[in-house]
Amino acid sequence: MIRMRITRREPLPKWARVVIPIAAIVTTLILSAIPILLAGGHLWKSYYYLFYGALGTRFNLLETFVKASPLLLTGLAVAFAFRAKFWNIGAEGQLLAGALAATVLGVSLGGIPGFLVLPVIIIGGFLAGGIWAAIPAILKTKLKVDDVVSTLLLNYVMIHIMGALLFGPLQQPGSSWPRSSAIIEAAQYPILLTRSRFHLGILIALLAVLVIWFINKRTVFGYRAKAVGVNIRAAHFGGINTTAVILWTAMVSGGLAGLAGVGELCALQYRLIMDISPGYGYSGIVIAMLGNLHPVGVLFSALFFSVIIVGAHTMSRMTGVPTYIAEVIQGMALMIMLIFLLFTEYRIKVVRK
Amino acid sequence: MGEFLEAAFISGLMGAMMRMATPIIFATLGEILAERSGVLNLGIEGIMLMGAMTGFLVTFGTGSLWFGVLMAAIVGMILGLLMAFLSVNLGLSQHVSGLGITLFSTGLAMFIYRLYFGSPTVPPIVPPFKQVSLPLLSKIPVIGPGLFTQYTLTYLAWLLIPVMSILLYKTKMGLKIRTVGENPVVADTVGVSVILTRTLCLVVGGALMGVGGAFLTLAHQNMFLIDVIGGRGWVSIAMVIFGNWDPLKGAIGALIFGFLDGLQLRLQGLGFHISFHIFLMIPYLLTIVALIGVSRKASVPASLLKPYRREEKGG
Repeated sequence: MIRMRITRREPLPKWARVVIPIAAIVTTLILSAIPILLAGGHLWKSYYYLFYGALGTRFNLLETFVKASPLLLTGLAVAFAFRAKFWNIGAEGQLLAGALAATVLGVSLGGIPGFLVLPVIIIGGFLAGGIWAAIPAILKTKLKVDDVVSTLLLNYVMIHIMGALLFGPLQQPGSSWPRSSAIIEAAQYPILLTRSRFHLGILIALLAVLVIWFINKRTVFGYRAKAVGVNIRAAHFGGINTTAVILWTAMVSGGLAGLAGVGELCALQYRLIMDISPGYGYSGIVIAMLGNLHPVGVLFSALFFSVIIVGAHTMSRMTGVPTYIAEVIQGMALMIMLIFLLFTEYRIKVVRK
Repeated sequence: MGEFLEAAFISGLMGAMMRMATPIIFATLGEILAERSGVLNLGIEGIMLMGAMTGFLVTFGTGSLWFGVLMAAIVGMILGLLMAFLSVNLGLSQHVSGLGITLFSTGLAMFIYRLYFGSPTVPPIVPPFKQVSLPLLSKIPVIGPGLFTQYTLTYLAWLLIPVMSILLYKTKMGLKIRTVGENPVVADTVGVSVILTRTLCLVVGGALMGVGGAFLTLAHQNMFLIDVIGGRGWVSIAMVIFGNWDPLKGAIGALIFGFLDGLQLRLQGLGFHISFHIFLMIPYLLTIVALIGVSRKASVPASLLKPYRREEKGG
């Protein structure tokens, strides 16, 4: 009989931490051949259009950055929370909270000086996401309610809050659709490059990478959050106020997801609609894991997924493979990355006995 | 007139409650089985969606509803096996493995559906299950017609509640499962395979989740829509905690959820102009409130979330 034995190994050198995610991505791309072939797509043509669609022209390349912006923010949000073992599965709801706040502010801030509008909206969206994430953090720390379950359930609560508002007070006058009025012009993110949709939100997302990296590596808070994540009891006995750490972690995490919602609203849609997010909050989980919870890793994995999502549309148009292949690839990437990460800590021996 | 309407309303509400509770009962029982053996299966939402899609697709292709249900169960088992491979054999984080299964299954379900049907303007439908009236019981005034005119799958769900209770509390197998979930080291010492027990629980649990999903596309509705599960998997996870890992209490939680879901549908149908989104929100809010109530005295299986590796005994 053949058995697998899993034993701990010596920590791998630093280069392995870079090589392993890349190996996971390559493996995912190779295994993507299975659904492509099942869909009757021509293999090389499909891969070609996948990458051509995402990187082949200036416009496509910039579109890939446009798509990467919300993914980067939700990925950072999840990574920041997971690092402290706050299981925030609620980035989707926090994103919607941010978009909702941006809508309310964006349609009503006509009275204040133009240059103040965007800062107010950005701060408002961050706070809305942060406060929405603080609820499960308080439930976890004060009432011992499991954070995975509460963050998940709150996503649905937020969807319905949004639905109720879009059919109610926020509905565009005269419209029978669940959509809001358009935000004022001063509330729109500026486009930074001509003949594209490359907008301010992309810079904000990149800036967030730097800020999170700085918090993690250079601040006392980052150190405490890590200590809570590694061993919450040891952190507690070491004198860290774990409740406060979890609460602030949740607020920052939710805030980042909220910014993703602000970006989608103020840069792309200009009005709130029910399907403002095609599940960016959930993709954030995959991106955070593939990025090994490191901000720079999250940057690269967000770009990778953005390539897949943008490229899948071109591939679908040219070869007939359904666009949902992007979701299949995301799911596969997460599982493959998990398995590969296992190799960083353990070695697997196959023994016969 | 008013009285008649009232009786019809109550009867209809009872019927809707039973119907809406059915997928939650299947999924909750499946999740209880997995968690009692020590594995939190967050793949539940995706497994239900794959079950819903598979059941619909197979029935559409073969014309047989029960074959559709069977295939939904089998797909659930395969995904349960995949969950077991990741979280039990490899000992990966149960949280992340489960979410991985959900993301993967969600993508796969849509992918296969689109592959088969393309993007039709009108969603394809199948002739769904018919409701069966139980003799005598369905003649009870007011509540009888609603409670006892149900789909066979609903009766099956209710039958499964005592079956699961007996399995867990009265059989040797149940003792093994609970021991593996509470103290895998002890189980291993007395010769119970932790890996095999957990794998079996995930596989059987996966089958139940798959059937729960199929109920939604073959009985409750007769078509597959992308948001057909709509968070019912996550509600089931909450019901497991609400029910303190007990099949009967979990089912009662499912019934409460079914009641609210049914009430929401009825009031909408009666033209009450309460925004239906507020009503859709209530079950989720109440679930969270219920969790606050039970979480502090919850008796979580002691080894839940902890992978078992023989080399790291006591670790």
